[in-house]
Amino acid sequence: MRIAMLYTRLRVEERLLIDAFDETGVDIDLIDTRSLVLDPADPGRWNEYDAVLDRSLSLTASLTIGRVLESFGVRVINPTSATAICSDKLRTTLALERAGIATPGVRVALDQESALDAVEAIGYPAVLKPTIGSWGRLVARLNDRDGAEAVIEHRAVLGSAQQGVYYVQEHIEKPDRDIRVFVVNHEPVAAIVRTSEHWVTNTARGATAANFELNSEAADLAIRSSRAVGADLVAVDLLECPERGLLVNELNHSMEFRNSVETTGVDIPGIVARRVIAINDSPTPSCAGRSR
Amino acid sequence: MTSSTQSNQETIQAPCPECEAPVAFSRSPLYGEITECAACECELEVTNRSPIRLELAPEVEEDWGE
Ligand SMILES: Nc1ncnc2c1ncn2[C@@H]1O[C@H](COP(=O)(O)OP(=O)(O)O)[C@@H](O)[C@H]1O
Ligand SMILES: [Mg+2]
Ligand SMILES: [Zn+2]
Repeated sequence: MRIAMLYTRLRVEERLLIDAFDETGVDIDLIDTRSLVLDPADPGRWNEYDAVLDRSLSLTASLTIGRVLESFGVRVINPTSATAICSDKLRTTLALERAGIATPGVRVALDQESALDAVEAIGYPAVLKPTIGSWGRLVARLNDRDGAEAVIEHRAVLGSAQQGVYYVQEHIEKPDRDIRVFVVNHEPVAAIVRTSEHWVTNTARGATAANFELNSEAADLAIRSSRAVGADLVAVDLLECPERGLLVNELNHSMEFRNSVETTGVDIPGIVARRVIAINDSPTPSCAGRSR
Repeated sequence: MTSSTQSNQETIQAPCPECEAPVAFSRSPLYGEITECAACECELEVTNRSPIRLELAPEVEEDWGE
């Protein structure tokens, strides 16, 4: 049994995973994505791996390396098909909508004027986000038309091409928290609430984590979301909408769990490590109901 | 583990490249490991294991995340 773990930085999560693999007695090779040169014509020694766990911080690296390895027949966790959907909020919305999973309403536009139309169609407050982004970066709440015009113009003038996609979401009047469910192999294993005085409740932005007692509604949404995108490992973020109940806000393909192990009492890295080791005992997950 | 011999050895540390304060490790660090300098709070990356060399960790890039 040979496992590799791709990484950009060995953060707390990666060290916990290394220790967890250590405990199982399975050797893992640590591979710095920055050191790689890949030959698409030659798998070299890649086929010796039973699985490659992708813990790269860079989405570009994840997809680039993952696609090459998958072409060699190497089992990458998560599959790039899942990573490509989870990392992109528009693709996530599409997957959730097609699967009939409750999620906030969204409008997408491609230029400044239609972006403002999209915001007005959603109504105030609206939330504007980069389709590809994380840790709460550049997530903006637009409370009125003046603010919306200003943010849209800033995005148009200062943003990268990626910022030219205006992904506008309905603002959910959630309590001062959101819910995160950790899902491994389509099974919820732990959940936390992230609480903050700020409406953006990322722990990377200072929110505090506490254990969340999973209820059937949250568990069901988490399982269906995981299946909809065909993820081995995914953190499903839920917003509590006063009118519609729980809504799936976004999916995270490379979950951070440093604040959640003690909080929940669940050995998340251990569960992940054992899942990676057992991966070849079950077929590659595919997106529910559709071939792609 | 040889934790008893470990305590007899010199503490595992290296100077912070930013403020020169000693940055200590509870065990031998891994290549690429990220740590924070307690004195100046900058993020550091282990770029050599023996001797330990620390460099400022690269800035977060646009496509980085969960
Ligand atoms: N539509 C929304 N309504 C209310 N709060 C939101 C909404 N979208 C995002 N948030 C808040 O902002 C945080 C970050 O948004 P998210 O979509 O998860 O982006 P990121 O990928 O950067 O984490 C969420 O955890 C939540 O607290
Ligand atoms: Mg999020
Ligand atoms: Zn320092």
